[in-house]
Amino acid sequence: MENLSKEIREAVKKLFEEDKVDLVIGFENGSLPLKATPCFIRNIDDIDRLVWNSRCENNLAVYLTKNKGKIGIVAKGCDSRAIVGLMQENQIDRENLVIIGIPCGGMVDQKKIEKSLQEKEPLEVKENHDSLVIKGNGFEETLKISDILYDNCMSCKHRNPVIHDVLIGEPVEEQDDVDEFAGVKAFEEKSSDERWDHFVKQGEKCIRCYACRNACPFCFCEECSVDSSQPQWFGKSIALSDTQVFHLMRSFHIAGRCVDCGACVRACPMDVDLRFFNKKIEKDVRELFSHEAGIDPEAAPPLNTYNTDDYDDFIKS
Amino acid sequence: MDAAKETSWEPKIITFLCNWCSYAGADLAGVSRIQYPASTRTIRVPCSGRVNPLFILRALQNGADGILVSGCHPGDCHYLSGNYAARRKFSILAGLLEHVGIEKERVQFSWVSAAEAGRFAEVITEITEDVKKLGPANRMVKKRVH
Repeated sequence: MENLSKEIREAVKKLFEEDKVDLVIGFENGSLPLKATPCFIRNIDDIDRLVWNSRCENNLAVYLTKNKGKIGIVAKGCDSRAIVGLMQENQIDRENLVIIGIPCGGMVDQKKIEKSLQEKEPLEVKENHDSLVIKGNGFEETLKISDILYDNCMSCKHRNPVIHDVLIGEPVEEQDDVDEFAGVKAFEEKSSDERWDHFVKQGEKCIRCYACRNACPFCFCEECSVDSSQPQWFGKSIALSDTQVFHLMRSFHIAGRCVDCGACVRACPMDVDLRFFNKKIEKDVRELFSHEAGIDPEAAPPLNTYNTDDYDDFIKS
Repeated sequence: MDAAKETSWEPKIITFLCNWCSYAGADLAGVSRIQYPASTRTIRVPCSGRVNPLFILRALQNGADGILVSGCHPGDCHYLSGNYAARRKFSILAGLLEHVGIEKERVQFSWVSAAEAGRFAEVITEITEDVKKLGPANRMVKKRVH
């Protein structure tokens, strides 16, 4: 991991020296031992802050639509797919963007670590090739990284960046044998009542903080319809129905665009099962329109286009 | 369901009809005096592509027992491709609603042309019967929070 951090710093140094970037978006160590946090490097003297490890979980593509100028961005598989998605929607000035791609072995789930530490406080963490050694007052624990990955990382099919200008490290092996829709399929087997109960539980948890929207690279609208009060598209009460409508529309707005980076899930303070919605739509889009989000920059977003022989069975005619 | 059978409960069905085909079809059904259930509340829209999925959800929130979106047959759109775009949208929406436990029969879609008055009456009769079987809508209906 130290090697990769070093390689990133060298690549960024070169970009600054060649005047290819004014801003580099990457990761630095957070204030807590297990955390990494996005950092914005505007000065060549600051490049030593950049790090890379298995906690660099944020999707940095979210900052691309909020910053202007010549930007360099550290992008793992899902970040690069989000960038491709933004390119499809003409949100990116590709000529002024340098993508520093980095193959990703998956990010570790902070909540899964908390669970295995059982309320012990981590004070120091060391990352080896496939394990984390966590030390604290009177304990030392070794956790295997592949056991504590985020759910979306466990079913990730694009660990290597799909687009990059500079590649850091060596490509990693893709998980070709996992079924990314296993969770959705299991849900589809359940009865309508069970699915409704799950939906109600998710709605009841939600506090409408909109962190999921803010973390999403695809929620870049200048004014979100959820915030609008004139006209007021969305009910703003705490009624369950209003929250449910918000969740349905939030997932619908990223239909065919969501790359399952998991940013919304990680941002959620209430553990709402957001992939319950996202993955279902992703599966339908894949099956009905043979479209996979964030792969081909030239492809049209599936809901912006049509075929005359699209799926029609659900319509009476 | 039993309650629906015992009383003379009639469902309220919101129909979004495209101005150029289905609305004209409904009009023709009227002037031709074709009988169909008086369960519908029609909202005329320029095109089935104008129907934002949010409209459907808002209708459910406000107590609609059923919703029908009807537009021109594929290839006949007044705006050339509005109904094609609508079809993609609604195929995703229909899947999502079913996934979260909204009964499939509550939200339906149809293509009815301006000449198909008889077909319009049939579609309304069918959806009214489907919704009657389900009974009054309860899921998604916005309830007062105390």
